[in-house]
Amino acid sequence: MTPEPLLEVADLRVRFGARVEAVRGVSLTVNKGETHCLVGESGCGKSVTALATMGLLARGAVRSSGRLRFAGQDLTNLSERELSKLRGDRMAMIFQEPMTSLNPAFTIGSQMAEVMQRHRKVTRAEAMERAGFLLFKVGITNPALRLGQFPHQLSGGLRQRVMIAMALMCEPELLIADEPTTALDVTVQAQILRLLAGFQRELGLGILLITHDLGVVARVAHRVSVMYAGEVVESAPASQLFANPTHPYTRGLLASVPVPGKIARGSRLGSIPGTVPRIGPGFAGCGFRDRCGHASEACAGPIAVQQAGPDHIYRCQLQASWPQDQAA
Amino acid sequence: MLKFLLRRLVLALLVLITVLTVSFTLTRLSGDVAVSMAGPTASQEDVETIRRAYGLDRPLPVQFLAWVGDAASGDLGRSYLYHAPVAGLIRDRLPITLTLGLTGLGIALIVAIPLGILAAMYEATILDRAIMMIAVIGQAMPSFWLGLSLVILLGLRLQWLPLSGVETWQGYILPGVVLAFSAIPALMRLTRSGMVDALSSDYIRTARAKGLTRARIVLHHALRNAAMPVVAVAAVQLGFMLGGSIVIEAVFSLNGVGYLAWESISKNDFPVVQSVVLFLATIYIALTLMADMLNALLDPRLRSA
Ligand code: SF4
Repeated sequence: MTPEPLLEVADLRVRFGARVEAVRGVSLTVNKGETHCLVGESGCGKSVTALATMGLLARGAVRSSGRLRFAGQDLTNLSERELSKLRGDRMAMIFQEPMTSLNPAFTIGSQMAEVMQRHRKVTRAEAMERAGFLLFKVGITNPALRLGQFPHQLSGGLRQRVMIAMALMCEPELLIADEPTTALDVTVQAQILRLLAGFQRELGLGILLITHDLGVVARVAHRVSVMYAGEVVESAPASQLFANPTHPYTRGLLASVPVPGKIARGSRLGSIPGTVPRIGPGFAGCGFRDRCGHASEACAGPIAVQQAGPDHIYRCQLQASWPQDQAA
Repeated sequence: MLKFLLRRLVLALLVLITVLTVSFTLTRLSGDVAVSMAGPTASQEDVETIRRAYGLDRPLPVQFLAWVGDAASGDLGRSYLYHAPVAGLIRDRLPITLTLGLTGLGIALIVAIPLGILAAMYEATILDRAIMMIAVIGQAMPSFWLGLSLVILLGLRLQWLPLSGVETWQGYILPGVVLAFSAIPALMRLTRSGMVDALSSDYIRTARAKGLTRARIVLHHALRNAAMPVVAVAAVQLGFMLGGSIVIEAVFSLNGVGYLAWESISKNDFPVVQSVVLFLATIYIALTLMADMLNALLDPRLRSA
């Protein structure tokens, strides 16, 4: 079966004012029924990429992209109104901030039901029933009670599960999930991941998953893209990336993982000295060169995207065969 | 919730006691009441008689307690001017003042809330600046000047509205507009800032991610959260309007409580003055208390606290 592209992003750029370019030419594809993981340290532009894709950037952020297609439809020239018909229905998003992402003034039930009432011809009672069912599915005991409660009566973990359930109300084709399982304990997390996998099998749900958790990546990713300073620096099928990480940054991230492929649950990204730089428009060369152990003069010039294997690309001037025993 | 309300009630009571004391003291400080009641031609004996008749010869604390006790049982004393119970005087005039205050508040809300929402939706654009400019101008305009201008324009020139009196409901429009004017800037600013905060919050981003319509996002999700402080201030503004009706009722010759206050101040009819002050203050305190309760109803976090 050839993978069917569900979301295609090419050369996505996001600027905040004249000084900061948070996303610099990101390209990625999410196929039907697949999970594409986006990894990288915080501040590398993952969340901004996700928001830009959904058209949910805050005021003051300017998006430009060569290509942004969802299910064959060009999103770049849709009006906010047309876009709003897709959002919540065919493409849904789970946010990173479970504490503030629910409206404090309305009950869980009303906030969940309204998504479905907006996009489907259902009664409130039917929408509530589905909301209760999904709450149960994400492992919330006593859904009926929770539906009538307000966000402040729920813990962070519960709110995060509510957000997940809410995103699934209309059985979306694409789910963009920004750190959806961070506030959850391991058992619940496993339950959520199984639930999402079920949706993938049954409905061909495509997932763009932003996460710090390499254990999650190892378990669910079909494809992984590593972001650094607003760019995708390496992208490959998950098995390829773990077996043969090529970009020095990727290797640094995986440095904490002793045996490729055997990644403990909850492993965090390896720590690399230094922080992600803020980069403005017109920046040339490799964004990683201040922290890279292999930096040379060539790294200040334009960096070509190279092939490290079939469907495996990386953005670095080093040859793909550079000594593998040297960590960044 | 109960604890919250109880705390508010105690606070309201304390404010009321302060108001009682201040209004009592101030009216006594403004001159010897017995002398001004007796008139310029009265003899020393006449003054003394009046003093005894009205109990003004008793020590001040005794007078104070007697007054508070009477007021609590609904007896606000007798007007020197009208020779009638003050309570009755206020009761007769109350409907006019209340109608006027509510008209003013209604007009203020109808104007301020949509404008505040618009300004927030188009934050930092020309529309926002224009709306806020109107607010500044409105705040700078003295209400008596505005009142007279409107009377001249709409009443005299165009003859659209009655000049004075409230024989028909149209009579409330002009004074209502004038009263509203003073409240609009504050309400508008508050609506705007509340909406700006709400619109930039994470839950609005969630609402957008859910694909809700713009109207639903703004009027349901954002306004509900922005409304809480507006409700509180609207209640306070109504209190101000009832107090502010002293000037407006004089300008438009409406025979309400404000007019009564104005009249009794100028004639040194102190039982009326202190009663009206007490009355307006009580309404004001009651309104603030009501605003707190409304807020508790609107904000689920307060409700269950
Ligand atoms: S381009 Fe140069 S600085 Fe950048 S990762 Fe490769 S070797 Fe390091």
